[in-house]
Amino acid sequence: MDKELKFTWSDILKYGAIAGVVAIYVILVGMVEAFNERYIISETVNLGQIALFAPVFLLGYFAANTARQIKSAGFAILASALVGLVGGAFVAALLFLGTHVNLREVFLNVSPELLGILHLGQEAMMGAIVVNLIVGAVVGFFGGLFALAPHKWSNALLVGLSIVLLMGVMQELMSITFGNKDWYKPIGKFIYAQKGLSWGGAILFLVLGVGYSLWRSSGKFRPAARVAKMPTKQRLSISLAAWALGLLILLALPRFLGSYPSEILTTVGIYIIMGLGLNIVVGFAGLLDLGYVAFFAIGAYTVGILTSTGKLATVGWSFWMALPVAVFLAMLAGVILGIPVLKMRGDYLAIVTLGFGEIIRVVVLSDWLKPFIGGAQGILQIPKPQIGEFVFKKPEQMYYIVLAGILLVGYVAWRLRDARVGRAWKALREDEDVAEAMGIHLVSTKLMAFATGAAFAGLAGAIFAAKLGSIFPHSFNLIVSINVLSLIIVGGIGSLPGVVVGALILVGLPELLREFADFRMLFYGALLVAMMLVKPEGFVPEKTHARELSEKEPLAPGIEPETPARETI
Amino acid sequence: MAETKSEFILETVNVTKQFGGLTAVKDLSIQVPQKSIYSVIGPNGAGKTTFFNCITGFYKVTEGDIILDGESIVGLRPDIIVKKGISRTYQNIRLFQNLTALENVMVGHHPRMKAGWFGAVFNTPGTRREEAETRKLAMDLLEFVGLKGYEYELATNLPYGQQRRLEIARALASEPKLLLLDEPTAGMNPSETEEMTEFIDNLRKELGITVLLIEHDMRVVMTISDIITVLDYGQKIAEGKPEEVRANPRVIEAYLGRGAATQHEAQAA
Repeated sequence: MDKELKFTWSDILKYGAIAGVVAIYVILVGMVEAFNERYIISETVNLGQIALFAPVFLLGYFAANTARQIKSAGFAILASALVGLVGGAFVAALLFLGTHVNLREVFLNVSPELLGILHLGQEAMMGAIVVNLIVGAVVGFFGGLFALAPHKWSNALLVGLSIVLLMGVMQELMSITFGNKDWYKPIGKFIYAQKGLSWGGAILFLVLGVGYSLWRSSGKFRPAARVAKMPTKQRLSISLAAWALGLLILLALPRFLGSYPSEILTTVGIYIIMGLGLNIVVGFAGLLDLGYVAFFAIGAYTVGILTSTGKLATVGWSFWMALPVAVFLAMLAGVILGIPVLKMRGDYLAIVTLGFGEIIRVVVLSDWLKPFIGGAQGILQIPKPQIGEFVFKKPEQMYYIVLAGILLVGYVAWRLRDARVGRAWKALREDEDVAEAMGIHLVSTKLMAFATGAAFAGLAGAIFAAKLGSIFPHSFNLIVSINVLSLIIVGGIGSLPGVVVGALILVGLPELLREFADFRMLFYGALLVAMMLVKPEGFVPEKTHARELSEKEPLAPGIEPETPARETI
Repeated sequence: MAETKSEFILETVNVTKQFGGLTAVKDLSIQVPQKSIYSVIGPNGAGKTTFFNCITGFYKVTEGDIILDGESIVGLRPDIIVKKGISRTYQNIRLFQNLTALENVMVGHHPRMKAGWFGAVFNTPGTRREEAETRKLAMDLLEFVGLKGYEYELATNLPYGQQRRLEIARALASEPKLLLLDEPTAGMNPSETEEMTEFIDNLRKELGITVLLIEHDMRVVMTISDIITVLDYGQKIAEGKPEEVRANPRVIEAYLGRGAATQHEAQAA
């Protein structure tokens, strides 16, 4: 904002109108109604209401944030409450209009049920309008309060509320997973009510979240720093123990979780493998590849063709024999598709790779290849992987194959990252011309990145085919490439743990919210925009990026980065 | 690196570079003796950086030959030319901004390393040794250029003068026979400039490499150069020892205009 900072009454109207319009949008696309049955806190707060008033809260937050830079805190709070009031007025206006005019002819979602929801529990129209205004103002007020609270507290509250939200959403999953376990019953009874968290549970999680966050920010919680101070031998054994413990938990997970959660984790895992691969291409080497799904498809179809026992059966290999072929073919495709784009950069590369992804999809759908790969009918009866007599049939069992894949691929990515090859990739990402002038062979370095990334996708595709038992062209849409790219960005581009976090958020969370499916793209879009604005480095930034973007860690004492003072003779 | 095949580390023979109808460098021949500091100077737009880009293979020369230590390198790719022993810095610093100082220098050693994909993944003893040696070399170079203690700082966070020196360390990491410095003192204040001048002089003394320098600052050039070539409009207008060049009326004219040249002559007389 280069303009002179100011905050006037018309700004309040503006912020309020934005909040109102976004809220109306959320209502009209049907989100509020779809989410209305998802109670977070027993009979009180549901996801629909959260979706309805989230815009008001956010705009109240932004308004207070801007206003307090110019005016007093009191004014800022007042402004945010007024913003909320205006936002509430928009919702009330929609309610009024919807009751008296048949909006349904244009907006299908404006059902009587929806209008009932907007009444917020009030019978009479007048009462409903007043309640909408009041709730709007109160939510806006809290948004403002959130902006004015010390960062430590607002952050802690955010963590607490996120945990409450997450636990509320996970109710069904928890009861599916642990419902029949004796130890869980009393806990479950305490935490959850019929629908949503019980008040006791909600408060418990809020306190836990806030407490944990405050404890962390107090600086006393620094396990990594404490370990770093230890002598090398002790440090090594501790990190070894941590790894072993982590692995043990990962190995034991399906036993505790059961079938449905394992299924979700397998899907997330397949995306993690793909994410780790694309992370090499995009995150390390900086080559924006939008056709990544092509290699996933090649891996899947290779396994499908080689192992299927159905109509399209060919050689009928086992999964383990087909797997290396799938990875190899995907890698080969990575090189072949890499060659024509060697001279391209940035946007051009993105467009061309986007085209490749589509070509593969169209070829798979074509009549020409239908006798071999089944066209739109796909390939059926792909046998499950088998070791000796043991068949990886259930999701709990496929989980281990995915886990092995992640560990393998993660290890490779981790080794490459800090090696000569990884440095060359990163140099390429930073400045291609200089990288070449430093002796890096562009062709082989780029092809190596494409090949490695494609091989990972091929592995993911192979596991995907075996997991589903049948594959269809529509599983290999552009949207897969976009999902993988988004999860890398959300996690933190170039960061390995970021891929895991990104996949859990973008692939795992939607599985928890089935109502969510229709709004998935809306959510992705909003999340990506929000990430770019608030946290462009991602949730778990690559180490160096984190340092670059945070101003908390100064350079060596007494030295500050300075801009060059240009003077020429 | 010590073997020398020719009296001159670098010879350019009638190098010409045209961009469409524009001739940026024309018929330029220079001979850079072993272990010398050789400067190329000239007013803005004289074609100095273009000449550098021709030597390092970034531009394909239109005509002419470039000989490094008795071997023609004309038409080779930039990464091959680095391997042959020429490395460079840039006028507008071009570090790998989001890599640490240490990583920047380690990338510089890339052409002297062998480890490939499999070596890295399987962490072979050879790879490990090479990686450790590279690390050691990079640390030593950082210390040599005075950046000890900044190894893990991102290049972009370093102050301007240190970025310049980091760029030189990165160039040195490729173990060059010939180092091309493109205006190493641009944007520096007088004391920083003096420091840099001394530092360049030291490069030759301590590492025994030849330095080819583009420089704007006359004081720097006059202090450390053995030979100076003056360019104007892509052509050589003078060549010789600093004192010879300093007195050359064509040089003064190119830099300060015709009037200044006559005035200078009058003063000298």
